[in-house]
Amino acid sequence: MARLSATLYTSHVPAIGAAMDLARDDDPYWKPVFDGYATTRRWLAAHTPDVVVMVYNDHATAMDYSMVPPFALGVSDRFEIADEGWGRRPVPDPLGHPALARHLVHRLMTSGFDMAVLHHPKVDHGLSVPLSLGFGRVSAWPCRVIPLMVNVVHAPVPTAARCLALGQALGEAIRSYGEDLNVQVWGTGGMSHQLQGPGAGTINSRFDRWFLDELVVRPDALASLSHEAFVEQAGTEGAELTMWLVARGAQMAFQADGQRFDELHRHYHVPASNTAVGHLLLAQRAEETSQRQASSMA
Amino acid sequence: MEMTAQHAPVVFDMELADRGFWINRFCMGLMDEANREAFKRDEADYLARFPLSSEQAQAILARDYNRCIAMGGNIYFLVKLGATDGVTVQAMCAGMAGMPVEDYRDAMLAGGRFNLAREA
Repeated sequence: MARLSATLYTSHVPAIGAAMDLARDDDPYWKPVFDGYATTRRWLAAHTPDVVVMVYNDHATAMDYSMVPPFALGVSDRFEIADEGWGRRPVPDPLGHPALARHLVHRLMTSGFDMAVLHHPKVDHGLSVPLSLGFGRVSAWPCRVIPLMVNVVHAPVPTAARCLALGQALGEAIRSYGEDLNVQVWGTGGMSHQLQGPGAGTINSRFDRWFLDELVVRPDALASLSHEAFVEQAGTEGAELTMWLVARGAQMAFQADGQRFDELHRHYHVPASNTAVGHLLLAQRAEETSQRQASSMA
Repeated sequence: MEMTAQHAPVVFDMELADRGFWINRFCMGLMDEANREAFKRDEADYLARFPLSSEQAQAILARDYNRCIAMGGNIYFLVKLGATDGVTVQAMCAGMAGMPVEDYRDAMLAGGRFNLAREA
């Protein structure tokens, strides 16, 4: 039975990827951003998952808006890193996990989530920047990746409540997978930022910090936030934060099954380029992890 | 945060997506190096491949991103045009805000241009 070892939450600002690709991590501007990921990188090196379900929004890379699927899942065995206009990032193509991905599509469809299925979508910074933040510079990613894309741009967008419910169904789908796999769900995007108009550069750190607090202890309270509320509070592109609820919902499904998760790390910094950077690592409680490992080894 | 009409955000919806479809389709093409080169060789000629209104083509040629957005362009597409120009998203945002990029960068380093927490 697959298990959920952690949920992870992070901004996916493209400039973070560029800073890593240009080895500027230690520049005074970038160091405070990357220092906030050191703990998580160490933890992930010791608890590398088999599969990450990466919840992110396609940034007009795989989809040109001739079609706008609310939720889409990539079921291929490999995903090509896209050239987003400045050349392809020098990072490896992520490998998929088709067997788990197909299982997730089947289970989500039977629990009322009609997923769009993506064969060989190219993937962009929304997926590659979180991997870089979590695993650093590598010649191959240490785990498989299943892209789960959410429309957070083309209104109307799925509600926060629907994202949380999708996450719960996703968690149940992961738990029902027959193979003993270590799975993590990463929710990405945000935090507050606005990349358009005379109001470009909007940040709302009070909202961001409240969102981080609530996400950990009262995710239900965030489910009532409308798209308009996200835009008003966190900026037009800050509305990406709704995707964090998918990952948190997946964790809720495991918590409902009696598993406990601890907040191992939190990071908040302004700015990365135009954006407030937020990050959380919520891990399944250690003794249960070790018990499960012991029983699976026995 | 004073959310006046002046910096009230544009929410990209079905109507705007329809209006701006060819602006955005043009931007998608810039994910290909050959298209970037063709565009740079003769911008107006390249734009003629798409059924853009003359106002849309003018806004693209002028790199007037606020007007592009008002006519249905979306920032996640438009950043590909910025990338083709070698311009960072931060510089694009500074331009839309009507500020020199250094001033914009400093305002972000100070916690963001409009920060509820700071202004509270």
